[in-house]
Amino acid sequence: MSASDTPMVDVQAIHKHFGQLHVLRGITMRVSTGHTTVVIGPSGSGKSTLLRCINHLETIESGRVYVDGKLLGYRETKNGIKSLPERLVAKQRADIGMVFQRFNLFPHMTALQNIMEAPRHVRKLPKSVCRDEARGLLAKVGLALKANSYPSELSGGQQQRVAIARALAMHPKVIMFDEATSALDPELVGEVLLVMEQLAHEGMTMVVVTHEMGFAREAADDVIFMDEGVIVEEAKPEEIFDHPKHERTRAFLRAVLEPRSVGDSHLTNLR
Amino acid sequence: MPEGAHPCFRGGSATAFDFHVFWTYLFDPAIRDGARITVELSVLSQAAGIVLGLFAALGRLSRLRLPIFRGIAFLYIWLFRGTPLLVQLAFVYFAVPQMTNGHVVPGEFLSAFIGLSLNEGAYMAEITRAGIMSVESGQLEAAQSLGMTRWLAMRRIVIPQAIRFIIPPTGNEFIAMLKNSSLASTIAVTDLFYHTTQIYSRSGQFFELLTVASVWYLAMTTVATFGQTLLERRFERGFSRTIRQPGLMQRAMLGALRRG
Repeated sequence: MSASDTPMVDVQAIHKHFGQLHVLRGITMRVSTGHTTVVIGPSGSGKSTLLRCINHLETIESGRVYVDGKLLGYRETKNGIKSLPERLVAKQRADIGMVFQRFNLFPHMTALQNIMEAPRHVRKLPKSVCRDEARGLLAKVGLALKANSYPSELSGGQQQRVAIARALAMHPKVIMFDEATSALDPELVGEVLLVMEQLAHEGMTMVVVTHEMGFAREAADDVIFMDEGVIVEEAKPEEIFDHPKHERTRAFLRAVLEPRSVGDSHLTNLR
Repeated sequence: MPEGAHPCFRGGSATAFDFHVFWTYLFDPAIRDGARITVELSVLSQAAGIVLGLFAALGRLSRLRLPIFRGIAFLYIWLFRGTPLLVQLAFVYFAVPQMTNGHVVPGEFLSAFIGLSLNEGAYMAEITRAGIMSVESGQLEAAQSLGMTRWLAMRRIVIPQAIRFIIPPTGNEFIAMLKNSSLASTIAVTDLFYHTTQIYSRSGQFFELLTVASVWYLAMTTVATFGQTLLERRFERGFSRTIRQPGLMQRAMLGALRRG
């Protein structure tokens, strides 16, 4: 089997409950190396939970998640799968980048320190190496001049770009974006999407949960539409946006792309 | 109350506050020595209490399936918050030698240090635990997503942020420690209060000597308050956009320090 046959991310029939709520009902998906998969769907459909399962921030109840061919968070035994010790899970996570909706930068560290932190203390690289690389990454996201600023001194868009640089500093095999622009003021969304598009074009493997349909159309290799814990439809962006097959996909896209029309009909119903 | 029953009246009739006596004893060598012991005992016990409290807090927050750390931490806090400090001090000083058949006989200062530290650790444990829980959960997740173990994330990310929440109540604790350490005089530690009582029981000058002690305690707690604000400013880095200007009190004290 050649390398290109192994997908970077291979999610096989995973299930997840939160109490009574069945949030993931047998999700199966693959992301090839260098590809960008965008996951769309209404809130509560399980998109974020799916992402969190792909770096084991959430445990799964059944199914398997493989990243770069390795089973994530568990090891196979004769009697099924057993949890890996925390140290080994941490090691796996080091290769899986994550960008959060609320940025989650470390507020007690400068932008530069935020980016250096994991290479320095997880990879245990020399300080000078970490600093040089961090400076390069800050320049890449257009924030070379903000190296010594604390997160509280940066705008939301700047914070999110630092967070992307922080994830990139670990040279992840795949990077996941959990609604990375949802918490931003509208005028700051563009600068973050630009960085994400650039990464996609450079061949980074990405799984992106977003409500930005323009980004999905422009940067995605595949688009997955999720609803109520299942994948309803999976297709190339032009197919799913121009010729959605399922009624639920059509309804969702209508609501997202033309909120006015849906809103109006709502009001009509209310009357 | 019939005259003569209260120790204050044993020496004769009541007298007015004698400022000269107050002034003479304010810098009396025995009083100064006692003040030094009070500071030493308080600083050492508070430091040990902070360390004990950190480990007890981490114990209570342990996620191990076996409740061994959680259990030990819970029992420790339960025991030392649930019994009086005075009893604990006497326990270490009197009961430990008895229990060990005279093999372990801690001295006065060591007994007081052990008792105060253990008691303080139980309170610091809850303060530290509250501080750790006040750090947004996204911080731990971000650290873990970068490949940190829970322990490394605690050390590098969570605890440094928790310190901000821990400092103000710890300031309270240290001020209480400076005052509560006077209980150590009951097990013959020669602290500020011990010398104060020694002198007034000889001379009967309660009013003056207790005022001397109060002035010393106030001076110590004032310095402690000042230290707290300095620490708070140090750990505020990154959390506020504006650097706070020092207040009137701080400017005065900084000036005094520079001159001194």
